[in-house]
Amino acid sequence: MDASTPLATAERPRRASRVRSGRRIADRVLILASTFATLLGIVVLGSILLMLIVEGVKGFTPALLTEPTPGPGSVGGGIANAILGSLVMTFIGIVIATPIGLMAGTFLAEYGRTSKIADIIRFLNDVLLSAPSILIGLFVYTLMVRPMGTYSGWAGAVALAIIATPVIVRTTEDMLRLVPSQMREAGAALGAPRSLVIRAITWRAASAGVVTGIILALARIAGETAPLLFTALNNNSWFNANLLGGVPNLPVMIYQFALSPYPNWQSLAWAGALLITVTILALSVVARLVIKDQRAR
Amino acid sequence: MTALTQSIALASESGVPRTAPSKTADRLFKGAAYGSALLVLLVLAGILGSIIYGAMPAFREFGFGFLTSSAWNIGTEQFGALPAVIGTVAAALLALVIGVPVSLGIAIYLTQLCPGWARKPVAMTIELLASVPSIIYGMWGLFVFAPLFARFVQVPVSNLVEGLPIVGTILYARIPSGVGVLTAGIILAIMIVPFVASITRDMLDQIPTVLRESAYGIGCTTWEVVRHVLVPQASVSIIGAIMLGLGRALGETMAVTFVIGNANRLSASIFDPGSTIASRIANEFNEADGLQLSSLMALGCLLFIITFVVLIIARLLVRRTKVA
Repeated sequence: MDASTPLATAERPRRASRVRSGRRIADRVLILASTFATLLGIVVLGSILLMLIVEGVKGFTPALLTEPTPGPGSVGGGIANAILGSLVMTFIGIVIATPIGLMAGTFLAEYGRTSKIADIIRFLNDVLLSAPSILIGLFVYTLMVRPMGTYSGWAGAVALAIIATPVIVRTTEDMLRLVPSQMREAGAALGAPRSLVIRAITWRAASAGVVTGIILALARIAGETAPLLFTALNNNSWFNANLLGGVPNLPVMIYQFALSPYPNWQSLAWAGALLITVTILALSVVARLVIKDQRAR
Repeated sequence: MTALTQSIALASESGVPRTAPSKTADRLFKGAAYGSALLVLLVLAGILGSIIYGAMPAFREFGFGFLTSSAWNIGTEQFGALPAVIGTVAAALLALVIGVPVSLGIAIYLTQLCPGWARKPVAMTIELLASVPSIIYGMWGLFVFAPLFARFVQVPVSNLVEGLPIVGTILYARIPSGVGVLTAGIILAIMIVPFVASITRDMLDQIPTVLRESAYGIGCTTWEVVRHVLVPQASVSIIGAIMLGLGRALGETMAVTFVIGNANRLSASIFDPGSTIASRIANEFNEADGLQLSSLMALGCLLFIITFVVLIIARLLVRRTKVA
């Protein structure tokens, strides 16, 4: 590689060897820089997980999952109310988002392959996917909290649903498009009307992928804080069964407690942070592994 | 023939009735699908409409002066958007300046340099970075990164540039607390790296292998292949990916609220605390009322316009990427 034989060095003009080393140096710099960048990413993720585990485990007591959040500065307590509130609102949010997302994705993949309106909807859906979640919080505040006169778990669930729907629309459409047309044509050849072909054949064939999309949406909304800030707020005790009034939830609880000066609140925040991150990472890993499996088929 | 059999198998195991649904039922289904899709449009319009509606009092009161005023006084009811807007743009641009080279480096590593066995785990690690909730980034930024940043960067740099003309103002920290516009920019950079990296990687992967191999074949080094073959081919999409990252950085709330210090005034130094539109809204909205509330909504309106313009341009440049 290196022209190191004495004869070659003597014969080669100086300029060519300088150019060559310049190219080699640039190449080495690139390789070092890229590897460094990748290591940086891995180190940061490791640091985040380490921080969560070290601080979060300190706050793990048996009471964590059974007792509600304590008052400021008092001892003990857990985050059971925040966990329950988060579970309830996330569940309702997904229940609202799934049918809408599923049907919208079906429209885009099945009925709207060529129509202009479908193109616009697809485009705007992608834009909504990356929209700032705080604006969605403001929207639901104006839509629900103001008229109702109170914060509520319903407003929080609706805000989460608005965030989840574009994700489900996108993955549903992608997965439905992967179903080979021959299956649809075969169903049509048997005389089934379009809705039946979709329901009985296309949906069934893409079911694994669609469910994965729902899991991805779930992972996304489980960690969202901003939309809940002005819709469900937070609550330091058990919430009403009708979900009116502030509903405790993990993200906002973590936000308030982590920035507070009380040590017991801070340790609860860390424990909650560990809990929520582990759940979301587990959901994401499962979802992405299954999606890669589907796409590879 | 297999497709036919598969369809029949699928249909029979789903317990489908022997009689097909009526024409009306079929049309209702299509209508429901169409309606759900239109709901997406409605929600977008609703967001814009509601924020403008809420912001009208502030716009009527302050007019265009809202954009240039630096006041934020709850007592005298004088509000201005300038510090928040500048903070938002500054933090996002810093995030790009820091994050884009790192993202490109990661994308290049994953597509060109990574040994085969390491490709999946490394890619998965980068994707996991994208799944971490933003509030966790905020906590990491505040409790782990900020103290280190204050000690190892802010204090030495401040001592170094003290008294120098321009650099002395931009890089000087009066109170090296670790939080500030630059810290927010760094945390935002870390948050957008997974997105930009994964989109860039997909785009680089889509370049026909033939082009890459012929370049290597005539003796190009990896750097030359990247610079002269890969990046020019994917340049439009890479710019789109960068704009997607910008859109994210502009709208990010929780991570920024933790580490930007939440100061209501403009400061020349990027080491000093500042505020972004999102952090301002997050901090003050729940206690706000009347004109202050309307001003916060007006800030939200500005954020909406800025972000959506960026996102629309980005989506026009990058068609059909992974679910971000």
